Amino acid sequence: MRRIERCFERLAGQNRKALIPFVTAGDPQKEVTVPLMHAMVEAGADIIELGVPFSDPMADGPVIQLACERSLAHGTSTLDVLAMVKSFRESNSDTPVVLMGYLNPVEVMGYEAFARAAAEAGVDGVLLVDLPPEEALEVKPIMDEHALDLIFLVAPTTSDARIKLIGEAGSGYLYYVSLKGVTGSASLNVEEVAGRVETIRNLAKLPIGVGFGIKDAESAQAVSRVADGVVVGSALVNQVDKHQNEPAAINQAISDILSAMRTAMDT
Amino acid sequence: MSERPDFSAFPDARGHFGPYGGCFVSETLMGALDELKAMYERLKDDPQFRADFDYDLAHYVGRPSPLYLAERWSRQLGGANIWLKREDLNHTGAHKVNNTIGQALLAKHMGKPRVIAETGAGQHGVATATVAARLGLKCQVYMGAEDVERQKLNVYRMKLLGAEVIPVTSGSRTLKDAMNEAMRDWVTSVDDTFYIIGTVAGPHPYPQLVRDFQCIIGREAREQSLKQAGQLPDALVACVGGGSNAIGLFHPFLNDESVAMYGVEAAGDGIETGRHAAPLSAGRPGVLHGNRTYLMEDDNGQIIETHSVSAGLDYPGVGPEHAWLKDVGRVQYVAANDNESLAAFRELTQVEGIMPALESSHALAYARKLAQTMSPEQNIVVNLSGRGDKDILTVAAIDGIEF
Repeated sequence: MRRIERCFERLAGQNRKALIPFVTAGDPQKEVTVPLMHAMVEAGADIIELGVPFSDPMADGPVIQLACERSLAHGTSTLDVLAMVKSFRESNSDTPVVLMGYLNPVEVMGYEAFARAAAEAGVDGVLLVDLPPEEALEVKPIMDEHALDLIFLVAPTTSDARIKLIGEAGSGYLYYVSLKGVTGSASLNVEEVAGRVETIRNLAKLPIGVGFGIKDAESAQAVSRVADGVVVGSALVNQVDKHQNEPAAINQAISDILSAMRTAMDT
Repeated sequence: MSERPDFSAFPDARGHFGPYGGCFVSETLMGALDELKAMYERLKDDPQFRADFDYDLAHYVGRPSPLYLAERWSRQLGGANIWLKREDLNHTGAHKVNNTIGQALLAKHMGKPRVIAETGAGQHGVATATVAARLGLKCQVYMGAEDVERQKLNVYRMKLLGAEVIPVTSGSRTLKDAMNEAMRDWVTSVDDTFYIIGTVAGPHPYPQLVRDFQCIIGREAREQSLKQAGQLPDALVACVGGGSNAIGLFHPFLNDESVAMYGVEAAGDGIETGRHAAPLSAGRPGVLHGNRTYLMEDDNGQIIETHSVSAGLDYPGVGPEHAWLKDVGRVQYVAANDNESLAAFRELTQVEGIMPALESSHALAYARKLAQTMSPEQNIVVNLSGRGDKDILTVAAIDGIEF
């Protein structure tokens, strides 16, 4: 069984929901990321989404745009990100790691070379924001061959027919984008999300993670009541931004937020 | 080329030109693009929609634009006859308005009260603000902060037309960043907003519909050539940034085997310096802004900054149909640098009394070289895609003149 599937199964058995933090790899410096990943697991993270920086993050708001800029300023490459995962795996073989980013840095490596290197490094899933299932026909079998889950987004604007299509094309989990907008946008409407998650459940079999607009323990708790996983990104990356000149403080600041979310989600 | 494709049959149903094009956007926009595709499929052959579009092109834009024989310039060069397709004489001063008229009609049919656009040199922003004013649509234009600085005149024109210009300070602060920001706006406002893309790039169906609206250029030029020169031209020349004026001229001729075509990219300081905006000449395939095409990127797939004296060509990608036409060998893609283009700008102004846009000057710079390798019985049509009024301050600054 793949790591992500196993993770959701274990959580379901415990009647708990997945806490899924996102940070941009190499932000603000390369050496910050691996210790931060361990700290996040320590604070209650079940799955880690690691952002692969891209020069033109079209679906991201200013917080993650700046994170990409900081990371790219000292040349974080896709291979660097894979090296970070490999290093993380030296002392963690349980926590799934999902790479999240845009298609071009993957395409430039070549699908086969990327998939092989990612699997070797210990990556479990890949979420490419600008790759809808219609354009993933070529890459999907290559990811499968290397036991990598290809994770797709579902949006508030996604039709029922598309939800079915996405449910069949993807594996691991579905990432429901809770609002129309970029990352770091305004707060989500929990009732609306609950309704949509129910619709998705009826049309697709995969576990559902919800992201965009989750800022604190309260919103994490509310979403965890309806979804299988809670994704938090900009609220954490904000802390990296705030402490970029004192990286030693980053782990603590992010751990504090995650611990509070974990406690709220588990009560 | 072994087997010649039927060029009029592309893109395929999912927006692909061979391996290029497609629809690479985040899920939130897929519904809106499907809706746009369905609406366009329905309207493109609808007699009333065609009639409305043609009426506006005739009475608002002032079409057909003349095909003008640059007799004195051709004689001086001593080669082929150079004919200029005078898109510079259109309302708002460039070919851009052909497309904004068409997309604004679509916006109206879809009941969207607000339009957004990205702009580089400002010509597409002005053309969008113009049609928005006429139709009473709310209009916001994203423009790189650097371009806002170098195209002050067009910024003010847009404001006079009632549009709001939003300077974009992220990334390289030029056209590509304006496009990122427009996409971010659209993802947030997709219910009530129509995104008027200015070139034959972006996700499907934009490269197709922008091309279709711009094809009026080539259809007219083809008819005018037959009438005025008595034959099809031997060569077509157009500048290529995103490539909308070029595809508009080329497309109606693609199945005419005898017509050679040259797309001219911006070589900036020179291809060899790396400071240019010529992805077809010196880039490689990748995915950006919703489509697969040739890009200027580094070994890690990060988009690199471009350079051109002309803001309208200062873009790291190019329309996917051009990428495909390059690979199948139907169009030759070449490049002209800043200095050659400035020289052509001055030459046309002084010899013919026509001041071209710096973008179009790239096409002129290549055409003057090409003409000299051809005979006086032969004919070249150059797309004079815009007029140079907007560039006077840029050229003056190069001449050391301040106002």
